[in-house]
Amino acid sequence: MITELGHFALILALFVAIIQSTIPLIGAARRHIGWMAVGRSCALIGFGLTALAMLSLMHAYVTSDFTVINVIQNSHTDKPLLYKITGVWGNHEGSMLLWVFMLSLCAAAVALFSSNLPPALRARVLAVQGMIAVGFMLFILLTSNPFLRTFPPAPNGQGLNPVLQDPGLAFHPPFLYLGYVGFSVAFAFAVAALIEGRVDAAWARWVRPWTLASWCALTIGIAMGSWWAYYTLGWGGWWFWDPVENASFMPWLVGTALIHSSIVVEKRDTLKSWTILLAIITFSLSLVGTFLVRSGVLTSVHAFATDPERGMFILLLLVTAIGGSLTLYAVRAPSLQGGGLFAPISREGSLVLNNLLLSCGCATVFIGTLYPLFLDAMGGPKLSVGFPFFNRSFVPMMVPMIVAAGIGPMLAWKRGDLLGALQRLWVAYIATALVLLVTFYLTYGGPVMAVLGLGLAAWLFTAVLTELADRVRLFRIPLADSWRRAVNLPRASYGMSVAHLGLAVSVAGFAASPFAQEAIEILKPGGAIHIAGYEITLEHVDRLPGPNYVADDATIRVTSGGSLVTVMHPERRYFQLQNQTTGETAIRTNLLADLYVALGDADTKGDWTVRVYWKPLVPWIWLGAVIMAFGGMVSLSDRRWRVGVAARASRRVSQPVAAAGE
Amino acid sequence: MKRIVYLLPLALFFVLVGYFLISLRPGHDTHELPSAMLQKPAPSFDLADLGDDNKLALAGLKGHPVIVNFFASWCVPCRIEHPLLMRLSQQDHLPLYGVAYKDKPEDAARLLATYGDPFRQVGLDQDGRVGLDFGVYGVPETYVIDANGIIRKRFVGPLTAEAVEKDLMPLLKQLEPSS
Repeated sequence: MITELGHFALILALFVAIIQSTIPLIGAARRHIGWMAVGRSCALIGFGLTALAMLSLMHAYVTSDFTVINVIQNSHTDKPLLYKITGVWGNHEGSMLLWVFMLSLCAAAVALFSSNLPPALRARVLAVQGMIAVGFMLFILLTSNPFLRTFPPAPNGQGLNPVLQDPGLAFHPPFLYLGYVGFSVAFAFAVAALIEGRVDAAWARWVRPWTLASWCALTIGIAMGSWWAYYTLGWGGWWFWDPVENASFMPWLVGTALIHSSIVVEKRDTLKSWTILLAIITFSLSLVGTFLVRSGVLTSVHAFATDPERGMFILLLLVTAIGGSLTLYAVRAPSLQGGGLFAPISREGSLVLNNLLLSCGCATVFIGTLYPLFLDAMGGPKLSVGFPFFNRSFVPMMVPMIVAAGIGPMLAWKRGDLLGALQRLWVAYIATALVLLVTFYLTYGGPVMAVLGLGLAAWLFTAVLTELADRVRLFRIPLADSWRRAVNLPRASYGMSVAHLGLAVSVAGFAASPFAQEAIEILKPGGAIHIAGYEITLEHVDRLPGPNYVADDATIRVTSGGSLVTVMHPERRYFQLQNQTTGETAIRTNLLADLYVALGDADTKGDWTVRVYWKPLVPWIWLGAVIMAFGGMVSLSDRRWRVGVAARASRRVSQPVAAAGE
Repeated sequence: MKRIVYLLPLALFFVLVGYFLISLRPGHDTHELPSAMLQKPAPSFDLADLGDDNKLALAGLKGHPVIVNFFASWCVPCRIEHPLLMRLSQQDHLPLYGVAYKDKPEDAARLLATYGDPFRQVGLDQDGRVGLDFGVYGVPETYVIDANGIIRKRFVGPLTAEAVEKDLMPLLKQLEPSS
């Protein structure tokens, strides 16, 4: 009964979305206030209905209702409650429902927090969001319906893929989808602006917080996925350039470019059609990513059950959404007039450079990801490009970007003084040189590129700090005055600094990976591995029962110089239901390096394969991502976003709003 | 003229859609790996050896069934497979030959020095030409070639203990009844 309610709610939501995508649009064209206002009510009702659909599917999972096909295929009574809930989106149908839920959440957020938007723009934005919702709801109802029943009920379910039964992965999709789908807001704003034929600073100011928020969610989502791969897959890697990973990384790259280019639109009223294009492409890449993952045109370790029919449907969606918006772009964008001119050496110039490098980086990842597909279509061999391609093409493009990220913020708008900026960065040169020398000395004979990478990280880190110090004129005016300046700096500027610091921290984490040490040995109980000054002894392996698995739990003693450091427990879990074995790695971190132990197979004589990795700075990769996302949030808390352009005219209104956040 | 620039994104997108359509065509399965090489003579190869001046050539392998493993130091699944290869060479004394696929000699050498060398000989396929001839889809891949140089079996991805037990060992027994 509750399942039927959910099913019905989703169908109803489809019809509401159809109204949302048409009536406000007509209203905006005819300047009919009442029709325009329909969009807002529809968005809120649509959110309520999809939330109901989502909750009813969750209910079916929690109560293990084995008359619902989707529950049979993906759940089991023995599964822990957490995974019964997260199992809702651990499969194709459910994850699409989550997608639609996030979409309606974004639409409702736009409806609620857009009272300072001109009514026509708001109506058009909501209508575009309604169109996207219509497409995806049709997709769910026609090809991937999670509410279908079967009779008689199955005695029990088939369980969730054991690899997915993990807390890290449980919350990875919601963040990722929030990021993907959040970019639909920027997309809707871009399409609405093209329909209106007007892009101005106010437009950029409305779009930026939405882009920033989705970017933060996507950053967290990608970091969580990478962290999950790191501790679950058991070989210590954290990024595999797998098509599915790339599918989430490409919108992130272009989204990052979008955040930067919309600054130029906001401050200098130029780069308009480029920014619109970026907004369209960012969301388009989210859609293409969904297509690649769901249609099975590319092989990937993450592949869900795939189905060419679904692929065809998503392709139709792609053609309508991307083709439609790009057509609109081709027609309208030429008439968008650019505003301020600027010299190549200027803040704008450096942001253009950032955009250029990020989009080229994204294009490389795109080509690398789709290369097998292109080759296959030409009748060529089925090949996939691996690490070497991405490392040789993508990384060199990111190096100048990071160098420039240290200098760019020092340049003035319109016309910058490069020499002056370079002179003011002298502290950063000294720090970078110091880091280079020390790491080179410590790792003499080791990988030189890694040392240079660490130097790059040090450069960005100190350059950002130098820029902050320069801004508050530290040591050049009395400290109290510097402090006053620091307090009065806008949050957005702190946000930028924090995010760039986060990038530096992550870069250090990436760069240090060649210093990792690893050892794989077949150990008898009592045997030991020596790595990075630690002695790792396999004490014994015990068979322990789990809720829906049996585990071989190893007790591993780690000593350093004779004194006990820690005892670690890597496991191998055997899931009887799926006849599948998963590894649970044990990680000991001191935030400077990880000691990572994975238990492999036992051979016939009862010896165990033990893999040990010592990975310096690896936790910084995710730490940096969290700092980046935090920087985004700091920037989001800037009063400028809440003080809309309309409200700005009457200062009295803006004051209490701003005070609330401080 | 300027308008054409604005049409470019749309045009590129439709090219992409064309590719998508081709890969979605009915009866086309991207997961199916071409098995055209099975039961056919192995492509001839003559590769520089890792370490010494000998060459790893197909001609030199004839006369006995052999196992040829394509691996690379940059390939993560290969490391998973590695302990199993070590066991096969040390305990079962299987005739394993390695091909370092698109790998630098020093990297491949470092890998084998760190984890042990299960191979009787390792050939260097730096430009991936031999891999291309074999139809290697991704590393690791393992081929069983019989005494006459015919490819008898292909394993895609890391070898598993199960695959060795079920497929590899019986096939080798069948290929070499005398031993």
